Amino acid sequence: MAMTSLRPCGDYRTSYQADQTIFSTRLTLILIVAAIVALCFAPMFLSRYVLSLMIQIGYLGIAALGLNILVGFSGQISIGHAVFFGFGGFASAYLANKGVPVPLAIVLAGLWTTIVGLIFGLPAARVKGLYLAIATLAAQFILQDFFVRAEWFTGGTHGAMAPPFELFGYDLSGDTRYFYVVLFFVVVMYLGATNLMRTRDGRALIAVRDHYLSAEMMGVNLTKYRTMAFGISSFYAGIGGALYAHYIGFMSVEGLDILFSIQFLGMIIIGGLGSIMGSLMGTIFMVLLPELTGMLASALQGSTIDQVLHLKDGITYMREMLIGATIILFLIFEPDGLAHRWRLIKAYWKLYPFSY
Amino acid sequence: MSTTNVVPQARADSHAILDVDNISLRFGGLKALSDVSFHVKPGELFSIIGPNGAGKTSMLNCISGRYSPTEGRVRFEGRDITKLKPNKRAAIGIGRTFQNLALFSHMSVLDNIMVGRHHLLKNNFFSGAIYWIGGAQKEELEHRKAVENVIDFLEIQHVRKATAGTLSYGLRKRVELARAVALEPKIILLDEPMAGMNLEEKEDMARYIIDLNEEWGMTIIMIEHDMGVVMDISHRVMVLDFGRKIAEGLPAEVLANENVRKAYLGEDDLEIDGASVHEDEVA
Repeated sequence: MAMTSLRPCGDYRTSYQADQTIFSTRLTLILIVAAIVALCFAPMFLSRYVLSLMIQIGYLGIAALGLNILVGFSGQISIGHAVFFGFGGFASAYLANKGVPVPLAIVLAGLWTTIVGLIFGLPAARVKGLYLAIATLAAQFILQDFFVRAEWFTGGTHGAMAPPFELFGYDLSGDTRYFYVVLFFVVVMYLGATNLMRTRDGRALIAVRDHYLSAEMMGVNLTKYRTMAFGISSFYAGIGGALYAHYIGFMSVEGLDILFSIQFLGMIIIGGLGSIMGSLMGTIFMVLLPELTGMLASALQGSTIDQVLHLKDGITYMREMLIGATIILFLIFEPDGLAHRWRLIKAYWKLYPFSY
Repeated sequence: MSTTNVVPQARADSHAILDVDNISLRFGGLKALSDVSFHVKPGELFSIIGPNGAGKTSMLNCISGRYSPTEGRVRFEGRDITKLKPNKRAAIGIGRTFQNLALFSHMSVLDNIMVGRHHLLKNNFFSGAIYWIGGAQKEELEHRKAVENVIDFLEIQHVRKATAGTLSYGLRKRVELARAVALEPKIILLDEPMAGMNLEEKEDMARYIIDLNEEWGMTIIMIEHDMGVVMDISHRVMVLDFGRKIAEGLPAEVLANENVRKAYLGEDDLEIDGASVHEDEVA
C-alpha cells in the first residue's frame, strides 16, 4: 500500500488515457493476453480432471468477485452469498427448461438474482456492521428454505435438471468445451469489475466504505450505493451459480448452506479484500487447498507417521482443519491477502537489484 | 447582559448567496445553536470564530445538511434548502472540508479528487463496466483534465498516485481541499483548514484560500482558530459563543468588540497582544 508507483524508470506517459489503463505497463498487458491465449490452448494439453478444477475456479471466482465487491469494496458484510449463487443456478435451470436458450438464460438468471439481491439488500440502507450480517443471515435461511419448498421453481428436494450449454446449435458441454464458456465469462466479468472500479460508481462504492459522511457530502447517495452493492454482488453470484448449474447439469439445494457462504468469505479474505485479482487468487487457493491436503492425506495413509500417531480416520478431517488453520494464519500474517503479497513481490523486483 | 446592542442587525440581503435565518439547533436539552442569522454575499470570505464548543461546526453542519436545524431556515441563492438531503447539496454548489481528516484513506489521491466530480459525471455501473463502449472512457478522461487543474493549483502533483491514507497531515488537508474544489462549488465550507499545521503549511493554505476566493471566484465560509489568519484574510467575521451570535463585522470591528474579548480572546489585554503578534508572523 505504501508504494506510490510501480512504474519502471523511463515510462513516460503523455496522455491521460495512457495513465488510466488497467495494466500499468505494456509488459503486463502482453503477459495477461498471452496467459489468456495460453489458456485457450489448455484443453489440448491438460487432463479432464485439471480442466474440471479450472472450471470450478472459474465459476466460483466469478461469485467470489461479487462478494468482494460487496464486502471488500463497499464494506458491507454478507454471510448469505451461497444462496444467491444457488438462486442463479436454479433460475438459469428454470429458464432453460422453459425453452430460453442457455446462454441467454445464464444472463437472465444473473439479472433475476440481482433483483432478489436488491430486495435482500434493502436493510443495508438502514443497518450496518453486525446488524447487517444478521440481516444477510436471514437471507441465507429464507432462500434456503424457499429452495426446498418452491418445487415449481427448484424441483424441491429432488433438485432441477439444467440442460447443457448450447450456442447456435453447437454443444459446448463437457470439460474441454465448457472450459471456453467459463473462460469467456471470467474474462468479461473480471474486466467489467475492473472498469467499474475505475469509474464513477465504483469510486462511489469505495468512498462509502472509507468515509460515508464525506462521501455523502460529495454528492454520493448512500442508500443507493449501499443497496446497489448488493445488486452487483448478486449479479456476479447469479452468473457464477448459473455457470455451475449448466456445468454439472443438475442443481440441488444441497451444499448451498451457510458453510458454503463462509467459504466464499474465506476466498476473498485469503485473496485480499478490495482486490479484484485477489478474488481470483483466493478462489484458486481455496479450490487447490483441498486437492493439496487430499494428496497429503493419501501420502500419509499407511506411512510411518500415520502408524506412530494412530491417525487412521483422522486423516480425512485434516482437510477441514487445514482450511481453518489457513484462514487463521492468513488473518494473522497477511490480512491484506494474496493480492497484497503479490504487490510486494512486484515491488521487490522493481527495486532489484538497485533502486532508482 | 444583553447582547442586542452589539449584534449588528442582520438584514435580509437579496444579493446574498447564502441566507441563514434564525437557526436553532437542539439535541435533547442541549442547545447547540440559538437563533443565529447571517448572510454571506457572493465572493465573500466569511469566517466563523468562537471558543471550543461554541457551535461553529454545528453551524456548518446545518448548512451542509448533516444536521437538520430545529428551527429556522437556510436559503442558498434564494432557494430554501433547509430540508434538502446532504448528497443533493453538492449538485447545487455547496462543497465542504472536515475538521478531522475525512479522506477516503484507501483510495489514491487522484481517485479521492475524482469522487468530488461525482455529481458532474454521468456514467453509471453499467456504462462504467463497458468502459470503452458508450463513452465512459471519454467522460472520465475529460474530468481527469479538470482534476489535474485542481491538482496543479494545490501543488499535489507528486502525490497524485499515492494512497491517501499514507500522506502526511498537511498534505491530507490539502487533498481534502482539492476534493472539495473539484466539486466546482459556488460556496465552499472549510472547517478548520489550518488546524494542526506548521507555519509554512498555514501560509500555503492561506494563499490557496485567497486564490480560491479571488481567482476562482468561490465564496468561502471558514471556521478557524488561528486568529492571525482569520483577521488577515477574512472579509467579514462572525463570532459564536455558546451557540449564540455575539458579534459580526469587519475583522477589526470584531477584534475591538468588547464581548468578543470577554468570550473568546479573554479579558486580559495581554492575550490580544499575543494574537496580534501571531498575526504578524502569519502575514
